[in-house]
Amino acid sequence: MEQIIQQFFNVEIMIKALPLVIKGLGITLLICAVVIPMGAIGGLFAAIGSLSPNRAVRWLSIGFVDLFRAIPPLVLLIFIYAGLPFAGLSLSPFVAVTIGFFLNNSAYFAEIFRAGLLSVPRGQTEAARSTGLSQAQTLTYVTLPQATRNVLPDLLSNVVEVVKLTSLASVVSLGEMLHAAGLVRSLTYNASPLILAAGIYLLLLWPLVRVIARFERRIAS
Amino acid sequence: MTTPAPGTATLEVRALHKSFGALKVLEGIDLSVQRSEMVFVLGPSGSGKSTMLRCCNRLEEPDSGDILIEGDPLTGPGVDLNKMRQRVGMVFQSFNLYPHLSAMGNVTLALRRVQKKSKAEAEDLAIAALAEVGLSDRAGHHPAQLSGGQQQRVAIARALALKPTVMLFDEPTSALDPELVGDVLDVMRTVKDHGMTMLVVSHEMKFARDAADRVIFMADGAIVEQGPPEQIFGAPTHDRTRAFLSRFHG
Ligand SMILES: Nc1ncnc2c1ncn2[C@@H]1O[C@H](COP(=O)(O)OP(=O)(O)O)[C@@H](O)[C@H]1O
Ligand SMILES: [Mg+2]
Repeated sequence: MEQIIQQFFNVEIMIKALPLVIKGLGITLLICAVVIPMGAIGGLFAAIGSLSPNRAVRWLSIGFVDLFRAIPPLVLLIFIYAGLPFAGLSLSPFVAVTIGFFLNNSAYFAEIFRAGLLSVPRGQTEAARSTGLSQAQTLTYVTLPQATRNVLPDLLSNVVEVVKLTSLASVVSLGEMLHAAGLVRSLTYNASPLILAAGIYLLLLWPLVRVIARFERRIAS
Repeated sequence: MTTPAPGTATLEVRALHKSFGALKVLEGIDLSVQRSEMVFVLGPSGSGKSTMLRCCNRLEEPDSGDILIEGDPLTGPGVDLNKMRQRVGMVFQSFNLYPHLSAMGNVTLALRRVQKKSKAEAEDLAIAALAEVGLSDRAGHHPAQLSGGQQQRVAIARALALKPTVMLFDEPTSALDPELVGDVLDVMRTVKDHGMTMLVVSHEMKFARDAADRVIFMADGAIVEQGPPEQIFGAPTHDRTRAFLSRFHG
């Protein structure tokens, strides 16, 4: 017991690790702040494209979504960071992570938005078009607000996934939170910094998870 | 919008054809509706009534034929469809109100975004339209807070507010509980009395008899016969019309 506390819940080491872990948290949040909006916008466009009457646009969008949902994000990340330099394209860890997560994340957002758009009855579009609204206006004012509301829990769940996904950035030595915690662990031979990082993830995500559960209950009722 | 030449029909349909794959749904519809006329369309289920109505604002794309609003073509090259559609109001069987918007939001959306009216002006027009359907006190309610009859009246206000040239009604009372039908018919009567041109698909025979200027009987994608309600209901000339009407007489 003593040993477990010493190895995993060592407050002294946690306090020492704190500045580095907090700095890592900053990077984690920065990745999220870039990737989540970009992924949501990219996913929205891919979803709209996947429902387009234009066959080329539809196939391109569906191909994009299928491809990046099928590739494990870790593989994608390593490919972008370590593989592309062979093609003469060297990217900084941050840019590589941003691109990789954007591609992965927009594919997931696309699936969610697509389901949302399909959940809006056709009569809504017909009513809007019959009053002279253009296709884009119908999407903006009629279908998209309803679609988003219908899949809000899924959209938020995807945000939680993205925050957790950022820990993968450590494989390209981007000093996000888990990477920082791992670094301190390897210096001290003590796992407590990882527990500290886990605690911060929990603190960060728990309110969001609660909100999602509430939405889900409201939709179910 | 210029004043049409005298004698121009408000809605004119010429040689309208429409198929879904191999299924021929409309096989040459010719129809004209005059200004302020209320024309009722009857016919068995599947005879193409909805398809005809939906072609009149191109929710369904006609295969061939012409549709003219006060002489202006709705089909053909160079037609500004979004502009033309504002002249053809549509009321659906299932209301199709926007559930995320209030009654006011439902009515003002196209006024603001299509007709580019200011918020204040759009709201004034919406209040006037809601008053015409007897619901000015429900402007802030969302569709889920309204009865079916009230929802349909908001849908009528939504179409009416754009000041269309002609209004199309596709079985506007079929989805309603019987006790709510009367309110919607009363509103349609008011709209007619204010001079609106109306093409109505409905099986409200009594209302057709009382309010319609002309009744059309459709079967298998064609107009079988038409005339004033007294004639169609009192002395139909075709067997199919008679067979159809006999089902509605108790
Ligand atoms: N979008 C569509 N695709 C295929 N068939 C359709 C479509 N819409 C209507 N139909 C068919 O066209 C025929 C006429 O339908 P409709 O115009 O709705 O008739 P009505 O309104 O008189 O009942 C029916 O056989 C119907 O199944
Ligand atoms: Mg029908």
